[in-house]
Amino acid sequence: MSATPQAQKLFGHAEENNYLKCSSGIKSWLFTLDHKRIGVMYLIGVTFALFLAGVFALILRSELFTGDENFLSEAQYNQMFTLHGAIMVFAFIIPSIPAALGNFVLPMMLGAKDVAFPRLNLCSFYLWMFGTAFLLTAMLTNGLDTGWTFYTPYSITTTTAVIYATMGAFILGFSSIFTGLNFLVTVNTMRPKTMGWFKLPLFIWSLYATSIIQILATPVLGITLLLLIAERVMHIGIFDPAYGGDPVLFQHFFWFYSHPAVYIMILPAMGVISELISVYSHKKIFGYSFIAFSSVAIALLGFLVWGHHMFTSGQSQLVTLVFSAITFSVAIPSAVKVFNWLATLYKGSIKLVTPMCYALSFIFLFGIGGLTGLFLGTLSTDIHLHDTYFVVAHFHFVMVGGTLTALLGGLYHWWPKMFGRMYNDFLGRVGCFLVFVGFNLTFFPQFVMGSRGMPRRYARYDPEFEIFHQASTIGAFILGIGILLAFAVLVHAVFFGRKIGGNPFGAASLEWQSSSPPSFHNFDHKIHMNAPYDFSAMVYDEEMDTYIQRDFVTPETPEVPAPEPTKA
Amino acid sequence: MSTVEETADSHDEHDDDHHDHGEFIAHHFDSAEQQFDSGKLGIWVFLVTEVLFFSGLFVAYVLYRYHHPEVFVDASQFLDKVLGGINTIVLLFSSLTMAWAVRAAQLGNNNFAGKLILITMICAAAFLGIKAVEYSHKWDLYILPVSYYNYMEGYHPEAESGGIAGTLHISKWLVTLSMLPLLCLTLFSAGAVAMAATGKRLMAQFMLGLAIMMSGYFVGAFAGQTYQNWHEANLEAEEHAGDHGHDGDHAGDSIATGPDSTSERPPQIGVFFSIYYCMTGLHAIHVIAGMAALSWLYFRCLKAHFRPDYFGPVDYVGLYWHLVDLIWIYLFPLLYLIN
Repeated sequence: MSATPQAQKLFGHAEENNYLKCSSGIKSWLFTLDHKRIGVMYLIGVTFALFLAGVFALILRSELFTGDENFLSEAQYNQMFTLHGAIMVFAFIIPSIPAALGNFVLPMMLGAKDVAFPRLNLCSFYLWMFGTAFLLTAMLTNGLDTGWTFYTPYSITTTTAVIYATMGAFILGFSSIFTGLNFLVTVNTMRPKTMGWFKLPLFIWSLYATSIIQILATPVLGITLLLLIAERVMHIGIFDPAYGGDPVLFQHFFWFYSHPAVYIMILPAMGVISELISVYSHKKIFGYSFIAFSSVAIALLGFLVWGHHMFTSGQSQLVTLVFSAITFSVAIPSAVKVFNWLATLYKGSIKLVTPMCYALSFIFLFGIGGLTGLFLGTLSTDIHLHDTYFVVAHFHFVMVGGTLTALLGGLYHWWPKMFGRMYNDFLGRVGCFLVFVGFNLTFFPQFVMGSRGMPRRYARYDPEFEIFHQASTIGAFILGIGILLAFAVLVHAVFFGRKIGGNPFGAASLEWQSSSPPSFHNFDHKIHMNAPYDFSAMVYDEEMDTYIQRDFVTPETPEVPAPEPTKA
Repeated sequence: MSTVEETADSHDEHDDDHHDHGEFIAHHFDSAEQQFDSGKLGIWVFLVTEVLFFSGLFVAYVLYRYHHPEVFVDASQFLDKVLGGINTIVLLFSSLTMAWAVRAAQLGNNNFAGKLILITMICAAAFLGIKAVEYSHKWDLYILPVSYYNYMEGYHPEAESGGIAGTLHISKWLVTLSMLPLLCLTLFSAGAVAMAATGKRLMAQFMLGLAIMMSGYFVGAFAGQTYQNWHEANLEAEEHAGDHGHDGDHAGDSIATGPDSTSERPPQIGVFFSIYYCMTGLHAIHVIAGMAALSWLYFRCLKAHFRPDYFGPVDYVGLYWHLVDLIWIYLFPLLYLIN
């Protein structure tokens, strides 16, 4: 695309000065303080973690194709599901949307040059690297067979590499805290003065709520893991019943973090969906303030429900009752979001492009994942379903069907912004279809199995469950192929995609006012402040093959001031 | 000019470019005010995470005290209120000098701010010195986390190890603990001499400051050990003087006296010391981190970086230091002043 004077005025003149090309060499990436490059590095990192843990998942599913031993011993099976869980949770899902997509998009949505603390941002990334390296060390030395939850007293007595793994999770926790701190401060202090709280895109609101959880919950995980390490090294007797300690205390501490962590995983996904639904319906989001406040409500309520992981751990009846009741109340803000998304779709001008397909499948899968959570929050049914495949299916519907789907949707949405090129939309949709079908085939049978009593974390099972397990295994491979295809399409686009303009989808939030890919300083022209969901302000310009602000089309538009001279 | 340079440390290299923009304003901020506000909010949020980081230990404390109140009453008698009290005063005083340093930096008086920060650093090191005396004394008596806890009534380590030069008894654990500070002291002193010899005045001054800080540790350790020895001697004298040791008016006495107290000792007393070591140990790590941060400030004061429109770092480290102080203010009564 040739940079016409008008395009320069609207999107800056960053053709040759974009963040990917402004400097080269490996050092310019490893020591970069640019949030966009850090976001891209995060993206590569978490994708690596996703594929590693995904391979573990496929190995697990292959082993479970029949009820007898195929190629994994029981001990190896235990290690495999533990590593799958630990790497997926700590190294992939938690940093996936906030640290990869959020890093790239958040400052741009605020019209800022960078996050508030760029060095801390890079530090977060390196902490992520170190933490993941520790997890891999655990994997390569003695393995890990405690489950990702590290429950005591088993984690104190097992001979596997618990210390490496917990150190890894500890360091990853700090990576997460610093990202959260950075985003929170950025949203508070880096916005333009004219951008009030209710002019923020909803993705920002959800990242803000996520940051609150990261800041308030993760330190508790930190101290818990530190105490667990101390317990293992010198038996301090806080969690170890052999010395008068209380193993249930560990569960309380652990879930005080890990339940809110579930919302660290899902809230950013909800934010992404709010953007996608609105942009691809080309309609103002319905119930903006409800969606915004429901994010905060989920974040706060999320702190009060950790006990629902421990209904069978010997809590008092009163406590279980209270936790159950509060658990139900989380359904309210979640449902508020879903209703608002549906209302946004109503009479919208829906474009079924790849990101929208992911968004729609998110609503469906998250709906199932959320509703089955109510079964587990109900005390009487939970006794029956506790520790069965029903639980496994439930949280995979939310984590994979929710977060992974939203991550892919978000990637397809912002990919043209990140790399300036368009992907093959048809193949993107095929990938989405495979992910959707494969996912349902994998996990829907698990609901059935679970409700019939198939316990989770078992390497062997009775013949009556074989048909479900086989369906699930086949589904897992389809899901794997779908995800692989989805990433292949994206990678292909980086090198061979059609070049596109600054705002190909007609989105109204500020990040689309930069060139694609953005310049080093994000915006080297004056930003036109408009409401994030005011799509009527956008018109398609054929000459430039992109959407532009309607204001610029009308002749009486005042000249925008000359762009600030930029260094570099 | 390559853009990477600008991303890397825009502080020092681009003074001329950013002259109107202020010397220490990072490129992505619009104004000094925005930068200061961001930093201030950031440090407050960080302090919140610190409080939550300690919260796990406080919850464990509350839980075990609720379940075993007698353990806490009994075990806290092993902790020396005087040493703990001195440490509290030392930290409170360091908070005063820290707050004063913030004010001095705010007024642009780098020289004075540097001196106050140096005093704060010395206090921090002295705190650790006294703490080391407390730790080593307990280790001598096998008062350890629960799995290693092996305290025996009437056991006197001095009888075995013997004092150094017969006058000042120094615990062998204290010697071990002091190795690292001694190494630091030597290195910093040598560094100061070397820098002075090569004419690097600023670095020499900085190294000297660090050496002075480390000597604070030895002042604390020496004072603590002297008190400890005096206290032990007193106890022994009392023990010999009469057999009315466990009157109860002097909490510290009842430990070393009367064989009848053995049977009353609760079995889970070691858990108290697990919690004690975790809490004070984590606090000590924070003190050490604070010393590192304060050293950085000291260096920047020597370089006269701070002025009325740029004193953020002193303010932020000051807030952190107050939090470290505050945590100790909670730890002291919770651990030492039971009963």
